[in-house]
Amino acid sequence: MILGLFDFLLALALVGLAWRILATSDLFQGVILFIVFGLLMAVAWSRLQAFDIALAEAAIGAGLTGALLLHTLAGMEQAAVPSPASNPAAPRFVAKRILTNGILGLLTLIVGATLLRCIREIKRPELGVRELVMEELSAGGVSNPVTAVLLNFRAYDTLLEMAVLLVAVVGAWSLGPLPTSDPRPTATAPGRILLGLVRLLSPIILLVACYILWAGTGQPGGAFQAGAVLSAAGVLLVVTGVLAPPTLGPLYQRALLLTGLVTFLAVSLGVMLAGRDFLEYPPASSPQLILLIESALMVSIAITLLCLFVGGPRSAPDNSRD
Amino acid sequence: MELPIAYALAGAILIVSGLGGVLLSEHILRKIMALNILGSGVFLLLVTFAYRSPDSPPDPVPHAMVLTGIVVAVSATALALSLARHLLPPSKTPEKFPPP
Repeated sequence: MILGLFDFLLALALVGLAWRILATSDLFQGVILFIVFGLLMAVAWSRLQAFDIALAEAAIGAGLTGALLLHTLAGMEQAAVPSPASNPAAPRFVAKRILTNGILGLLTLIVGATLLRCIREIKRPELGVRELVMEELSAGGVSNPVTAVLLNFRAYDTLLEMAVLLVAVVGAWSLGPLPTSDPRPTATAPGRILLGLVRLLSPIILLVACYILWAGTGQPGGAFQAGAVLSAAGVLLVVTGVLAPPTLGPLYQRALLLTGLVTFLAVSLGVMLAGRDFLEYPPASSPQLILLIESALMVSIAITLLCLFVGGPRSAPDNSRD
Repeated sequence: MELPIAYALAGAILIVSGLGGVLLSEHILRKIMALNILGSGVFLLLVTFAYRSPDSPPDPVPHAMVLTGIVVAVSATALALSLARHLLPPSKTPEKFPPP
């Protein structure tokens, strides 16, 4: 039964967590609550039978975004919300703030009212695109409908999505080295237990990532989830110092970054040489092509997410090993 | 075909909270978190509309869109955080990765 007590409590927990995240004055607490929020969202996705999304949310939404936020928080000076700079009791200042907040609050309420109206009046067709997808699934090459939609029926979206990832990395890294005020070259070395754990976990994570990629053809899984899990291994290795953080200077690192997009483009344009349309896979070799593209995507996504976590090239004194 | 109303309402409230957080927050990190909450609310609403019943499979097209959306959201968040790092004063004790 869909409207079970569990779902009601879960929805309540999600909303409550969101409020706490936005209302707390301690940013560190906010970030930790955000990670919990992501994990509860993963449970909500499972309840709504969106298992692919549940995997992706746990790995990317909760895991990687949480790591990004923690990393950024550690690199910034203030962990608490700063108080207003000017005299908060000055009447003109207070009036302006009340007016701004009032208008923005009103805007938000209008959005909320519109949403409630949409929820009440939405008509979801019994048949619809889902039936189309199920009919064409056998020609799609994979039996997981979400993978078929992502990599075949709407492959153009996924192609552009890879371009978006690339633009994000290029954008973040072209800002230059991250600013730090203290030029000390070393950080505390990790303890032996942590090092041992990371060395034990890394091959297991690699195995799990490859399995998720392979299983994505018939069960929930796929390239994005696998790439995110693989990037988690990369983050672990870099943070504990087992691996040097990528500098994107050597050619092979840039090649790894590009391999997903390039493979995807090669396949989508290559089929045109055989007389087909852009991105129109020949049905006989659809499964192999999809697996090939997904493997390249997994590698690229992992490197991209790792580079996004590292955040930028090392500043000059650290470039002793390049 | 009943809509899972608990999740639909939660999605709407998350969207409203996230939007309010983005517009009204002062600290940039909180704005970024509010943006992510806004995104999660939108995804929740989309997937709720795609749900059919406990026995029959859901509509896979919104699921694919949400999956794409999650990846795009993390890219945008990473870029926003990078910009924030360059805008705001850095911490006195730097975190650096230990040398390999």
